[in-house]
Amino acid sequence: MTRTGARAPIGVALVFAAMLPAFALHVSIGATAIPLATVAEAFAAYDPTAFDHVVIREHRAPRALFAATVGAALAVAGALMQGVTRNPLADPGLLGLLAGAAFAVSLAVGAFDLLDPAWTPAVAAGGALAGAALVGSIAAAAPGGATPITLILAGAAVTAFLGALTTLALLLDEATFQALRVWLTGSLSAGDRDVFLRALPWFGAGFVVAFALARQVTALALGEEAAIGVGVQVLRLRAFTLLAVVALTAAAVAVAGPVGFVGLVVPHAARLLFGSDYRRIVPGSAALGGLGLLLIDVAARRALAPIEISTGIVTALIGAPVFVWLIRARL
Amino acid sequence: MGDFIEARRPASAMPAGVAGNRTPRLRVRGLSAGYGGRTVLHDVDFDAAPGRVTVLVGPNGCGKSTLLKAMARVLRPSAGEVLLDGASLHDLPTRRVARALALLPQGPTPPEGLTARELVAQGRFPHQTLFRQWSAEDARAVDEAMRAADVAKFADRPIAALSGGERQRCWIAMVLAQETELLLLDEPTTFLDLKGQIDVMRLLRRIARTEGRTLVAVLHELNLAAAFADEIVMMRDGRVRAAGAPEDVMTPPVLHDVFGLDAQMLRDPETGRPICVPRTGPETPA
Repeated sequence: MTRTGARAPIGVALVFAAMLPAFALHVSIGATAIPLATVAEAFAAYDPTAFDHVVIREHRAPRALFAATVGAALAVAGALMQGVTRNPLADPGLLGLLAGAAFAVSLAVGAFDLLDPAWTPAVAAGGALAGAALVGSIAAAAPGGATPITLILAGAAVTAFLGALTTLALLLDEATFQALRVWLTGSLSAGDRDVFLRALPWFGAGFVVAFALARQVTALALGEEAAIGVGVQVLRLRAFTLLAVVALTAAAVAVAGPVGFVGLVVPHAARLLFGSDYRRIVPGSAALGGLGLLLIDVAARRALAPIEISTGIVTALIGAPVFVWLIRARL
Repeated sequence: MGDFIEARRPASAMPAGVAGNRTPRLRVRGLSAGYGGRTVLHDVDFDAAPGRVTVLVGPNGCGKSTLLKAMARVLRPSAGEVLLDGASLHDLPTRRVARALALLPQGPTPPEGLTARELVAQGRFPHQTLFRQWSAEDARAVDEAMRAADVAKFADRPIAALSGGERQRCWIAMVLAQETELLLLDEPTTFLDLKGQIDVMRLLRRIARTEGRTLVAVLHELNLAAAFADEIVMMRDGRVRAAGAPEDVMTPPVLHDVFGLDAQMLRDPETGRPICVPRTGPETPA
């Protein structure tokens, strides 16, 4: 075992463990601060007549759970994309999946009045898949094929185009605009328990497939020929990765709207901390993504209190400089 | 390079080749292949015998790497077939093929951040499953491969921090860790200095001789091929132009035919192997 290799599982476990105090902090702060002792009580000895307990159990704890799950899902999706495409700039946001999912959901709600949460993850998945396919085919048609550069450019074009369509659709339909305005900026405040429950199987399937594929993703990082040489079924791996990425992205968008940059930044942090083996990067990204979005959501709620900023705005504020740094350092 | 490869191979891998059985494990029949409609290989027949080092040589673009890729199922042939123990290679499950046949691609780029040992450990992929990811057997194979390729001393350094030659030896160790009976190597001596080239070729020859494994390598350097090959296959324009022992095919007429090279042949005073010396004097009118 290598130096990073031997310590990495402990590091990943520590990050997972750190989610507990972050969760408590997240639940404790808000319009009114609730003492940590009361937070603990709300779970240990729930009293439905105590106002703080109800706030915690019904509102704050679910939101913290959404934050951790969405963060983990987007980070794992980004890690898989970066590994399989060998592209350090791969990310559900940059390659059009978030925009596709957001547009599909807006269209379903606006044009077809499809408000039943049962449909949201599936609609988002269809949109994410279409967005990815569009970006992939535009980049593949470029001279030189799908390189990191052409993929990013195609992703930017598709994101801008779908964003414009989404805005247009919402401007024409005031009711939908009001319903989705906050959600579209990537916000956990709009999180809906029914949607989360409907998204849970998508999260679950995505995580299981991601963890199962991790070993093969490391082998594919050797390059396609070497990977075939050691027995990786490259096409099958790519197909399963795409399914996992679409499921995770769709579930995350269904719950919290398009939250950008988590999938780009977190896998790089995981790589710095835990090494280059995807058997560590995937769980490491899940832990760091969950922890990160919990803390970012705390910041989103407290930075300009009592005004709350959308979580997606904060991730963009942090993510954009990191994106610039990545372009300078890695491309 | 390490002084020996321990003969601790799985029982199934104990080669018939050592006992003198030269039945080829890998056969190529009527193979044509290419890239995107452009055919590079035309109707090639080729056998690789156990216990021997077979070297493919030829001018750039002659199809030697393409032949190796088709034999390693990286490239699907447009006609003909590759037979592994009589079964069509491209129809076998890829993991099963990977337990019998290893590939060292040409000029591979390792992923950033992976350490030497982590790279070598990837060679164990076909021997692992989702639920049995690392065994004592894997650790032994990786240790042995790293010792054989002489990379144990930088096991924990990142690949990116190693020199080109050290890196190449790590890739060779990865292929060795796969513990296959057949090894296909595309220019295994690139990035190596002269001493490194000789070390690698000695290691490969020893693996073939002492363990009866089948080795097929693409080499650029003619004299390296002549010194270490048991069989040289000379290719040009996607066809095999000559094949046989070095002393039989390394002749001025063949070299002229295949490479368009005007050369004299000498002999290594120690091994008796041919040495090709291209004429480098001022051009004389033909």
